[in-house]
Amino acid sequence: MKVLVPVKRVIDFNVAIRVKADGSGVERTNVKMSINPFDEIAVEEAVRLREAGIASEVIAISIGPRECTETLRTALAMGADRGLLILAEQDIEPLTVAKVLKAVVAEETPQLVILGKQAIDDDCNQTGQMLAALLDWPQGTFASKVDIKNGRISVTREVDGGLQTVDLKLPAIVTTDLRLNEPRYASLPNIMKARKKPIAEKTLADYGIDATPRLKILDVREPSKRRTGERLGTAADLVGKLRQAGVI
Amino acid sequence: MTILVLAEHDNTALSETTARTLACAGQIGASIHILVAGKDCGAVAEEAATLSGVEKILLADDPLYQHALAEPLAELILVLAPSYDAILAPATANGKNVLPRVAAKRDVPQISDIVAVETPEIFLRPIYAGNALQRVEAKGFQKIITVRASAFKPVAKANAAAPIESILPARDPRLSVFQNEVLSQSERPELTAARIVVSGGRGVGSKENFALIERIADRLGAGVGASRAAVDAGFVPNDYQVGQTGKIVAPELYIAVGISGAIQHLAGMKDSKLVVAINKDENAPIFAIADYGVVGDLFEVLPEFERALDNAGKPA
Repeated sequence: MKVLVPVKRVIDFNVAIRVKADGSGVERTNVKMSINPFDEIAVEEAVRLREAGIASEVIAISIGPRECTETLRTALAMGADRGLLILAEQDIEPLTVAKVLKAVVAEETPQLVILGKQAIDDDCNQTGQMLAALLDWPQGTFASKVDIKNGRISVTREVDGGLQTVDLKLPAIVTTDLRLNEPRYASLPNIMKARKKPIAEKTLADYGIDATPRLKILDVREPSKRRTGERLGTAADLVGKLRQAGVI
Repeated sequence: MTILVLAEHDNTALSETTARTLACAGQIGASIHILVAGKDCGAVAEEAATLSGVEKILLADDPLYQHALAEPLAELILVLAPSYDAILAPATANGKNVLPRVAAKRDVPQISDIVAVETPEIFLRPIYAGNALQRVEAKGFQKIITVRASAFKPVAKANAAAPIESILPARDPRLSVFQNEVLSQSERPELTAARIVVSGGRGVGSKENFALIERIADRLGAGVGASRAAVDAGFVPNDYQVGQTGKIVAPELYIAVGISGAIQHLAGMKDSKLVVAINKDENAPIFAIADYGVVGDLFEVLPEFERALDNAGKPA
């Protein structure tokens, strides 16, 4: 079975975010970009499924500017077989991404789509669930373990009270949580090999999907900063301060 | 403006996140219904009916909804959806799981994790792990919103209970089956509702050492949290994790022990009213946002803290 893994190019998780003075967004020029960490986990899981003989092919897909090719190369270096770049210049909303992915699913007919549970830029946590809805597929979100057997997939999910395991009919959607796996580092030979792997190119227009955002972002602001407080010498001082503040 | 709020519960008791989401809903519109979907969850509906500002409770009591599986629950919400201008759920694991499914079927974008309502059509939401706030306008379509519960004060109890209307279950899409769950058993207050939270990080060093954190927490009647590093290292279960992608808390007092303060962790607790950091690394980023910091070995500071609580003479 084929596995489809969408990957998003985001500001690297280690970069300190700077809000632009004019409130139009965050600074993205000359900032290190990387594959969204949850998507990296998704790629790893898909590659492991292929290595285990469960998946036949892993297709990485990215929607965005031409630079997303780098993100796809990262996925290919980790072991994905081929890439699909769908060029889009503007920021597109999760629902639109889900619509594009639905169209790709129709072309590629994967049995499984593994997505990161959220992108660390917009923190939306929507796309996987939306894609599942559009396809009428089941969803195993926030996965910390997956197990595929006899045309079904068992997904252990990180929920508020602990862990929940659900059994889903394939084809299905899985979204990854942090503890699903630890992504591998791509080896140099694999990075070289990835350069030769095919990346097909399309545009949003090829899918006839209107990508005009429906939510209007009015502005982006700095959050209010916490002041740095006081260093105390002893735990006894701390108890004193907390009592004074009336919190204990 | 008629609003549907999805209740968060475990079939026995209503989660406080529902009362907080209700407070948010009250800022968007006046006519608010709560959907309680579950199995043998009549008591939850009765509890929800006592919340201030609720016009009506819709109770879907059926085995189909026992485990809040997204596929059947979305079907149920979709049956109700056409009658509402807005649909809200707390941004809990359940809310985040089911609501985007509803939004996609309604062909409207979802607004995730809002922390403030500016007007009934303009909302504030954190992005980049809370390092920026986005002001977003949703005009001309149904509003489907998840709410960061910790950003809103729970509504009070009403004088009179709202009516409870039983509704029929929706179609079973037969896509998913519940297998099992492993839930943390704890007498401690739930992390997102606790007045005080004591969290441990990598510095705690082991599962055994975490007992130190728990002892202090019990002394203070606090909930227990952890950084991602502590969860990854297996010191505590996943549901303890506080952070960008874990639980978001905003208690009156947050005590971070042996936590360096990665931005992903700060994203989950920086709206706490009072933050205390205990860490042996005086350069740990957590100190930059702490109201009170103690630089020192936690294995010395915590016992000392406990003794100081004793010495203060009154129960904490």
